[in-house]
Amino acid sequence: MSDFPLFPAQASTIAWQVDALYAFLLVLTVIFCLLVFGMVIIFAIKYRRRSEDEQPEQTHGNLVLELSWTIVPLFLALFVFLLGADVFFRLQRSPSDPLEIYAVGKQWMWKIQHESGKREINTLHVPKGQPVRLTMTSEDVIHDFFIPAFRVKNDVLPGRYTTLWFEATQTGEFHLFCAEYCGTQHSGMIGKVIVLEPADYHDWLMGASSGESMVEAGERQFQQLGCETCHKSTATGRGPSLVGIYDKPVTLSNGQEVVVDSDYIRESILQPTAKIVAGYEPIMPIFEGQISEQSLLQIASYIKSLSESAE
Amino acid sequence: MSHAVSANGEPRNYLNETYGIKSWLLTLDHKRIGILYLITLAVFFLVGSMFASLIRFELMTPKGDLVEAETYNKLFTMHGVVMIFFFLIPSIPAVLGNFLIPLQIGARDVAFPRLNLLSYYLYVAGGAFAVLAIIMGGIDTGWTFYTPYSSTYSTSFVSLALVGVFVNGFSSILTGVNFMVTIHKMRAPGMTWFRLPLFIWGHYATSLIQVLGTPVVAITLLLVCFERAFKIGIFDPNYGGDPVLFQHMFWFYSHPAVYIMILPGFAVISDVIACFSRKRVFGYSFVAFSSLAIAVLGFLVWGHHLFVSGQSTYASMVFSFITFFIAVPTAIKIFNWSFTLHKASVKLDSPMLYVMGFIGLFTIGGLTGLFLSTLGIDVHLHDTYFVVAHFHYVMVGGMVMGFLCGLHFWWPKMTGRMYSEGAAKLGVMFVFAGFNLTFFPQFILGYLGMPRRYHAYPEEWQALNIMSTAGATVLGLGFSLTIVYLLWSLFKGEKAPANPFQAKGLEWDIPSPPIAHNFEAIPIVTWEAYPYGEEESTEPSTEAVPERAKEDEVV
Ligand code: HEM
Ligand SMILES: [Cu+2]
Repeated sequence: MSDFPLFPAQASTIAWQVDALYAFLLVLTVIFCLLVFGMVIIFAIKYRRRSEDEQPEQTHGNLVLELSWTIVPLFLALFVFLLGADVFFRLQRSPSDPLEIYAVGKQWMWKIQHESGKREINTLHVPKGQPVRLTMTSEDVIHDFFIPAFRVKNDVLPGRYTTLWFEATQTGEFHLFCAEYCGTQHSGMIGKVIVLEPADYHDWLMGASSGESMVEAGERQFQQLGCETCHKSTATGRGPSLVGIYDKPVTLSNGQEVVVDSDYIRESILQPTAKIVAGYEPIMPIFEGQISEQSLLQIASYIKSLSESAE
Repeated sequence: MSHAVSANGEPRNYLNETYGIKSWLLTLDHKRIGILYLITLAVFFLVGSMFASLIRFELMTPKGDLVEAETYNKLFTMHGVVMIFFFLIPSIPAVLGNFLIPLQIGARDVAFPRLNLLSYYLYVAGGAFAVLAIIMGGIDTGWTFYTPYSSTYSTSFVSLALVGVFVNGFSSILTGVNFMVTIHKMRAPGMTWFRLPLFIWGHYATSLIQVLGTPVVAITLLLVCFERAFKIGIFDPNYGGDPVLFQHMFWFYSHPAVYIMILPGFAVISDVIACFSRKRVFGYSFVAFSSLAIAVLGFLVWGHHLFVSGQSTYASMVFSFITFFIAVPTAIKIFNWSFTLHKASVKLDSPMLYVMGFIGLFTIGGLTGLFLSTLGIDVHLHDTYFVVAHFHYVMVGGMVMGFLCGLHFWWPKMTGRMYSEGAAKLGVMFVFAGFNLTFFPQFILGYLGMPRRYHAYPEEWQALNIMSTAGATVLGLGFSLTIVYLLWSLFKGEKAPANPFQAKGLEWDIPSPPIAHNFEAIPIVTWEAYPYGEEESTEPSTEAVPERAKEDEVV
C-alpha cells in the first residue's frame, strides 16, 4: 500500500540518530519478547498436564538464575540510558551561532517571526543545512512545538521562554503539530515547516512586506515606551545601562548573581521589582499586561543587539 | 465446615445469610462490600467503554466529522477520568482484595469493617460528582488536568469533576490503611510474612502507595479548584503561578498511581500461575520484594513525564536513570513467572489463558516503557500515540487482563457458580486478539508522529487508524461476551465445589461461597505459601501458635 508508512521522513541531522537508537531498542525488545514468549509457550506445551493427579516436583528458586536476570537487564538498561542521554544532550545543545527564529503559540495558532522582521502564521520557512534555533513562548496555555520529521519537540510555556534547535537536511514540506493538549481546536493548531535551499530562503526572507527587522521594531518600542529615559547608553541614567549586558552576569541588590538572558529581560520588563540590580532603586514602572509577547521578543532582540555591537 | 442451613434448605453462606437491599447496602461483610464494588465498577467500565467506542469511531476518518472538536475532547477526557479513577484504580484491590485478603490470611473480616463500608460510599459519592459533571456537560481538560488550561481557560465542569476525584481519593486512602492494618494485625496463627500468598504482598505494596501518594494528588486537585474559584496564582503565570509546578505535583502521585494500577495485577497473576502449574511461584521472595522495590522507586521517577516540559537537562537525566532502574524489578517478576512453568504441570484453563495473555502484553508494555524512558527517543515520542499504546498495553493488557484473570479464578468462590469454560476460552481469545489489533497500530502511528488527543489527523494515517477501530470492535465483542456468560452463570451455572481448580490457599479450604464469618474455626498455618505437591501439609495443625505472638510484638 502506498499510503501505509511505517517510519516518518528523516529530515534533520538528529533524525537518523534517534532512529538508530529506536532500531536498537526494537531489536532488544524483539529478543526479550522471543525469550519470554518462547519460554512460556514451550513450557506450557512441554509440561502440559497429562493426567489429573500429576504432581510436579517442587523447586524453590535458583540464586544463579535470579542474579542473572537481575544483573543482565540492569546493565543493558544502564547502557540504553547512556545512549539515550547522549542523543538528548545533542538535542538540547544547539551549535553556536544558529539562525534565530521566534515563535509565539496561542489558542490555536503559531505566530512566527524571523529576525529580518518577516512574520508568518502556522508556517515556518527554514534554510537547509543551517542550524536553526527557535525561542518560544505562549500567550495563554501550554502548547508544544513538534516536528516529527526532525524528531524534535518542546513544550511552549506561558510566562517563560523555551528553545528548540534542529538542522534540516532535506528540502520539502513537513508536518508541524501542537503536541500538548491546549483546548478545543488543539488538533487544528497545526502547520507546515518548509525547508528551502539557503538561497531560496534568502529570497523568501527578502520578499514582499519585509518592513522593519525585529531589532528595529524593538528599538522603536524601546523609545515609544520611554525605556531610554532611564536606561541610557552610559551608566548615567536612573536605570542600569543595557549595553553589553546580554549573556553576562549581573549582581542584584540582594547580593545574588544572575545571567542576563531573554527570560531575565522579560521578567525585568513585566515585573521589574522581582530582581533589582545592585545600586539602583525599585522605581521602574510595571509593564505587566501592556506589552504583547511578540513585542517582548522584539525588545529582547534589540537589547541583545546592544551587546553584539558593543563587542 | 458449616452445618447451618438457610431457609430454603441450602447451606448458609454470606449470600443467603440475610436478605433484602438494606442488608447489602449497610453490610459490614468484606465479601459483600467486594461485590458492591464489583457491580459499581462494572457500571463505570461500561460508561468508559462507550466513550472509548465513540472516540474510535470518530478516528475512522481523518476529518473530524462524527462529533464536534469540543465533544471529542470531552469524550477522551471522560474516558480517561472514568476508566482510571473510577474503574482501574479500585478494580482489583476493591473487589478481589476486599473479598480475598481476610480469607487468605485466615481472618474473619478486615481490621475496620465500618471504615471499609465508608470507603465504598466515598467511592460512590466521588463517582456521583463525576457523573454529575458528565451529565451537566462534561469536562475537557484531559485526565491529566494540565494547568493553566484546567485552572483558568477551560469553561467545562472542571471543579465538579475534580471534587469527584478528590473525594474518591479518600476512598482509596482508607482502603489502603484498612488493608495495611489488616495484613499486619489479622493474620491467622502461624501465617508469617513469608507464608503469605503473593496476592497479599502485592496488595500490601499497593496500599503503601495509596496511603502515601493519594494525599498529594488530592491537595493538587484542590489547589486547581481554588485557582479556578479565587484566582490565587499557584499554577497560572497570569497571577504569578508556575504552570509546570502542577505537572510535578500531579505526576508525583500519578506515576506511583500507575503502579497502583499494576501491582494488584501482579498479585493475581502470582496466585493463578501457581495453581495452574501446580508449583510454587519460582523465587517467591524475589517476587515479593520486587513489589516493594517498585512501590518505593515509583516515587522517584515522576520527572520522566516532563522530559520536554522545560525541566533542566540534568534533572531529566536523573529521572531517566532511576526509571531504568525500575525496569529491573519488573524484569525479575516476568522471568520468575515464566520460570514457574518449568517442569510444571500446566493446565490451560481460562484463568491461565489470561495469565499467558497478561505476560505477553505486559512484557510489551513494559519494554515500550523503556523506549519512553530513553531521553533521546522520548523527545520524539512524548504526547504521541506511542505513549497511548504503551499505557494501554500495561493498563488494559496488564491490569484489565489481570482483573479478568482473577475474576475467573475466584468467581466460583465468590458466587458459588461455575461459568461456561468454553465461552470463557472464546472470550479470552477475542479480548487478546482485539486488544492487539487495537493498540499495536498505535505504536506505529506514534513513531510516525501522530499526536494524542487529536480529533482530526493527516490522511496518510487512516489505514492504521481503521485497523485500530476494527480491533476495538473485536475487543468490545470479547468484553460483551464475558459479561454475558458471567451473568448467565449466576442463574444457570453449575454449583461450584469448594475448590474447583485444586488450588492451595486458605480460601479454598472453605465452602463456595464462604459463610458470613469465613471460618468456623480460625486455621493455624504451618505450611509455606503455595504448598503444591505436598498433600499432607495443608492439614490444619496445632503447633505453630507462638509464631503469631512473636509477630505481633514486632508489627
Ligand atoms: C517498566 C515499566 C515502565 C516504564 C519504564 C514506563 C515508562 C514510562 C514513561 C517514561 C512514560 C512517559 C512517556 C511520555 O509521556 O513521554 C510513561 C507514560 C505512562 N505510563 Fe509507563 N512505564 C512503565 C510501566 C507502566 C505501568 C505498569 C503503567 C500502568 C499500569 C504505566 C502507565 C503509564 C501511563 C498511564 C503513562 C502516560 C500518562 C499520560 O501521559 O497520560 N506505565 N511510562
Ligand atoms: Cu510514569
